[in-house]
Amino acid sequence: MEIPAIVGGGLVVIGVGIGIGSIGKGAMEAIGRQPDATGKIQTVMLIAAALVEGIGFAALFAL
Amino acid sequence: MPKRLYKNFLIFLLSGLTSLSAKDPETLESKNGSDLKSEIKAYILHHLEDSYYFNLMSYTDNISDKKVYVGIPLPVIIWDNGLRVFSSAKLNHGKSVAQSGDNYYKLYHGKIYKTEADGTINYDESHHPVNVKPLDFSITKNVVSILFTALIMLLLFKGLADSYKKNGMIAQGVGRFFEPLVLYVRDEIAIPNIGQKHYKRFMSYLLTLFFFIWFLNLLGLTPLGINVTGNIAITFALALLTFIITNFSGKKTYWKHIFWMPGVPIPMKIILAPIELLGVVIKPFSLMIRLYANISAGHIVLMSLISLMFIFRNWLGSSLSFALAFSISIIEILVALLQAYIFTVLSALYFGFAVEEHNDHDDH
Repeated sequence: MEIPAIVGGGLVVIGVGIGIGSIGKGAMEAIGRQPDATGKIQTVMLIAAALVEGIGFAALFAL
Repeated sequence: MPKRLYKNFLIFLLSGLTSLSAKDPETLESKNGSDLKSEIKAYILHHLEDSYYFNLMSYTDNISDKKVYVGIPLPVIIWDNGLRVFSSAKLNHGKSVAQSGDNYYKLYHGKIYKTEADGTINYDESHHPVNVKPLDFSITKNVVSILFTALIMLLLFKGLADSYKKNGMIAQGVGRFFEPLVLYVRDEIAIPNIGQKHYKRFMSYLLTLFFFIWFLNLLGLTPLGINVTGNIAITFALALLTFIITNFSGKKTYWKHIFWMPGVPIPMKIILAPIELLGVVIKPFSLMIRLYANISAGHIVLMSLISLMFIFRNWLGSSLSFALAFSISIIEILVALLQAYIFTVLSALYFGFAVEEHNDHDDH
């Protein structure tokens, strides 16, 4: 039986969701510990989230 | 009282659901059933592409059964043994053949092909047109949007610069809104990533990049139907600029880290060199894909949710999809800023790698 390509798309979205979720979690914990560094943590968080998201989009567009 | 409210709410919910079947069947089934879905699909795909017309809306006239387009035709400029300029109204959305001098042109799937006077397009066996495609320099919808954005940016920031001259370094009017953003790009993006010594050279590019992408993203959310940053050719050009600037400002340390990574054993150096060389291309490539994919995905989601209103056509479904479309629109405003920010930060990061100098710790 052939697995439709959209299943792969779903898997990619799951992976990216977990990835961005854990980045957000890490950032929140870091801000909780070091509220003074909020700005720096947010910047790094956004860059990391964008990188993960980029991989997700690359995979989705390859469908 | 709460019980009664609850009951009323249930009745409201049920009436929403049942009104689907209560609607007159003629409009739903005979004409619009699956036809509507494919029309919506075609409409969304059409929206994502560049066009020779600045279309605001189009509808099918009930009496004459013809498609009516509301919008502005834009000039077509092509090079085909000489410059040829004519209005895109002549192409008539691919329905008629445009004559320019003694040459004939026809629009087929959004591209202009040279044809004979009768306008036939010949295909090869895989159904690709074999007609000649002339060099195209047309002022398309995207070009108009870019020129418009450039004009807005010129007026806004020229005004900001002039107000500094007049009032002794105090911004005036709308410049008061943009001054903190300019300072943000300098203090939070350029200086930390590039360094105090070199950042000034890149400021003009980074500022242009940030505001250009941001304004175009925001323009894409207006009902004008502009989709510039969701076009891969535009993001390719932006990423290419970053690529060129990075590699042309690359110092000795930058190239050394690519071809002969210091501080690792020699077999690793040989393995790392091609990977690092690939990375030089992959970095701007990911910039291109990220912006393109984010914006076009946002447009597809937004247009699909809006289209759902026309598919449901009942109180419950339509109001739900309206609420969803509304909240996604607000998220898209955030994404518009975020993508401009990410593109600028990553460009600054790459410039930072290029101009970095390791004079103090060579063993790294």
